Formats: sequence, structure tokens, C-alpha cells
Amino acid sequence: MPSLKDVKDKIVGVKKTAQITSAMNMVASAKLRGAQEKMENFHPYAEKFNEAMSNLSGGGNTDQFPLMEVREVKNVELVVVTSDRGLCGSFNSNIIKLAEQKRRKYEAEGKTVSFVCVGKKANQSLKKTGKVRNQFLDIMSDFQMFNAREIAQDVALNFTNGGADKVEVIYGHFKSVAVQRPVAQDMLPITPLESEGEAEKRISGDYIYEPSTEEIMDVMQPLYLNVIIYNAMLQVGASEHAARMAAMDNATNACKDIVSDLTLVYNKARQAAVTGELMDIVGGAEALKG
Amino acid sequence: MAQQIHLEVVTPAGAVVSEDVDIVNAPGYGGDFGVLANHAPFLSTIKIGLLTYEQGKDRKSLMISGGFSEVSNNKITFLVESAEFGSEIDVTRAMKAKERAEKRLSQATAHDDHFNQVRAEAALQRALARLKASKID
Repeated sequence: MPSLKDVKDKIVGVKKTAQITSAMNMVASAKLRGAQEKMENFHPYAEKFNEAMSNLSGGGNTDQFPLMEVREVKNVELVVVTSDRGLCGSFNSNIIKLAEQKRRKYEAEGKTVSFVCVGKKANQSLKKTGKVRNQFLDIMSDFQMFNAREIAQDVALNFTNGGADKVEVIYGHFKSVAVQRPVAQDMLPITPLESEGEAEKRISGDYIYEPSTEEIMDVMQPLYLNVIIYNAMLQVGASEHAARMAAMDNATNACKDIVSDLTLVYNKARQAAVTGELMDIVGGAEALKG
Repeated sequence: MAQQIHLEVVTPAGAVVSEDVDIVNAPGYGGDFGVLANHAPFLSTIKIGLLTYEQGKDRKSLMISGGFSEVSNNKITFLVESAEFGSEIDVTRAMKAKERAEKRLSQATAHDDHFNQVRAEAALQRALARLKASKID
């Protein structure tokens, strides 16, 4: 039987942990709101961009753009986007698991795989593989377009230099506050997007382009990569906070369970002590009576 | 009243402008261009510079950085990576950025890789555009 003091100390300790986890939950939910807002604000930009891209790439020869060049795939690069911080349940490990799965799949096909890690967590687990080509850390707390641009430029340069023939982005897709899924998205070579409605295509066919379509594509393709990376970062940002909220909620509940269990133990121990003392008194009194 | 065209400026951080305006002037790839109501469908890339638009006697200007614009169905949309109104611009910061970029450019030697020079050049252009925008508003 643990002593009364031990149990009491433990209860106090667990209660303090619960305080921390519930505070983290609240912080995460506040941050989630911000991250979600950023994601929603970005949505119209991304959507219009995709629309324009599909209008543009509808016609024309795709081989002339270095970023659209389809080569025989020997080297695959995986851009793995995770959060910088942990304590968000299995969110990051799910993304990393998908990355590892992809790596095994490509390696089984005889391709070499390299990683670009965005966010500390990806780097921590993937650096063991020795395949990390580049890493971008400590940028996931504050989403900035120029961070995304830096990553996109680095990846695009490696692609055009022949360091990779295919690039995929792996990130946590924010489906809802309750559901976040790791997904893989093709990034390079840029594949011509199909526009959704045929009718729309006809209307947009008679654009005046300034400069030529080709030159516009040259400008837009790098921007398009920025959009992909930035989108992945925002999704991961929102997912991270949502996952942390859920994880901290679970932790707080677990703490409450432990506290109630411990309180039971504490009360039992106290009862036993009281009973013991009573027995002593009664026994003493009996002895005095003689 | 003259016919108007709907102007939208969208950045990754959200829509900045969504209004009906009389005329839009923007820094296109091949030089500045103006767009009035019922312009033919048109697509152009955008350089760093000043976007100005007029509504009656109101004249407003924004500093915008790279992206593109699209005109269709009497609507002009700018998709740019950043857009700031002149009144929102921190002039001292832009001045400092300008000095920094100028210094970097003047010190640039042949040894410097091309990439850094391009970056400094872009920074200088952004700073200059910001300063210009802040003066107009």
C-alpha cells in the first residue's frame, strides 16, 4: 500500500500535467483558427491560379519548358512537409510513414530517392536514412510566401539540373478539424492540367497574350510551384494544430481518469489508516480495563 | 456614368481589392498598360511596380510584386504575390531596404553568383515601388 503522502503527491503532479495539456489544447485551438483563416484566404488565389494554368497549358507544346520535361524516371525526390513541433499525436509520424512507404516502393523499382525535409520532425526521422538532400527548418510557425519560394526554387533547380526526374510533395492534408490525412502530390514535372468545363475553355481561347504564351508560362511555372509548396505548408500548419488539439484533449481526459483512480487509492489508504488508529485506541482502552 | 470594370487583386494572404473602377493601370511585362471597361480578353505577366486605379475622382495606388493579370468578361484579376496600399507602407523600412539593396548591388563583384544579384535587384525594385506608392497616397 503506498503511503498517503505518496499518493497525494502523485495526484498533485497529474493535476498539474492536466493543466498544461488543457492549456496546450486551448493554445492549439486558437492557433488553428489563425491557420485555418490563412488557408481559406489562400484558397481563391490557388484556385484562380490553377484555372489560369489550365487555360494556358491547354494548347501548345509542353516539351519546350524545362519544368515540364518528362524524362525517364531514375531519381525521385520527395518533399516531406511536417511540423516543427511534436506533441500532436501521430500526425507527423503518419506523414513520415507515407514518405518511407514511397521510398521503399521506388527503391524496389530500382530508383534512387532523395528527401527534402520541410519542418524539423521530417528531418529528425529521415536524416537516419542519409538521403536528405536539403532541409528547411523552423519555418512552420509563421507561414510566409518567401519561405515557400525558397523551397520551390531549390527543388526546381535540382530538377532542371537533372538531380531528380520526378518530384512529389508529401504533406498532411487538412480534411477537417477531426481528420487529417497524409497525401502525396505530384509536383514536377508539371503536368498540363485539364480544364474542367469544355465551354469555359472555348471562352478563354481567344486571349491576347502579352508577352507570348511561352513567356507567360516561363513566369508562371515557378509561381505555380510556390503555390503547391505554400499550400502544403498551410495544410500542414492547420492540420498540426488540429491534431495537437485532439492529442491534448485525449491527454487531459487521461489525466482526469488517473486522478480519479488515484483519489480512490488515496481514500482507501486514508480509510485504512483511520481504521488502524481506531483499532489501536480500542485495543489500548481494552488493555487499560484489564 | 461611364462604364466600369471590376477589379480584383488577389494575393496568397487573401483578396486585397474587389471593386468596380473606371480605369486600371498596371506594370505589364512589356511596359505599363491601361485597361478600361469591356476590354478584350487579355493575359499578361506583371512586374514589380505600381498598380493604380481610378474611381471617379478617387485615385488609389498599390505596390504589387510579380504575378500575372487576366481580363475577361469585363473583369480584371491580378494574381500577385504581394500587394500593399501606399498608406500601409512603412516608408522608413522601404528606405532602409532600398539602401541595403543598393549597397549590395554596388558591392557585387563578378565572383558573386548571379542568383544573389538577381535577388538584390528584385529587392531594390520592390523598395522603389513601395516608395513610389507611399508618395502617391
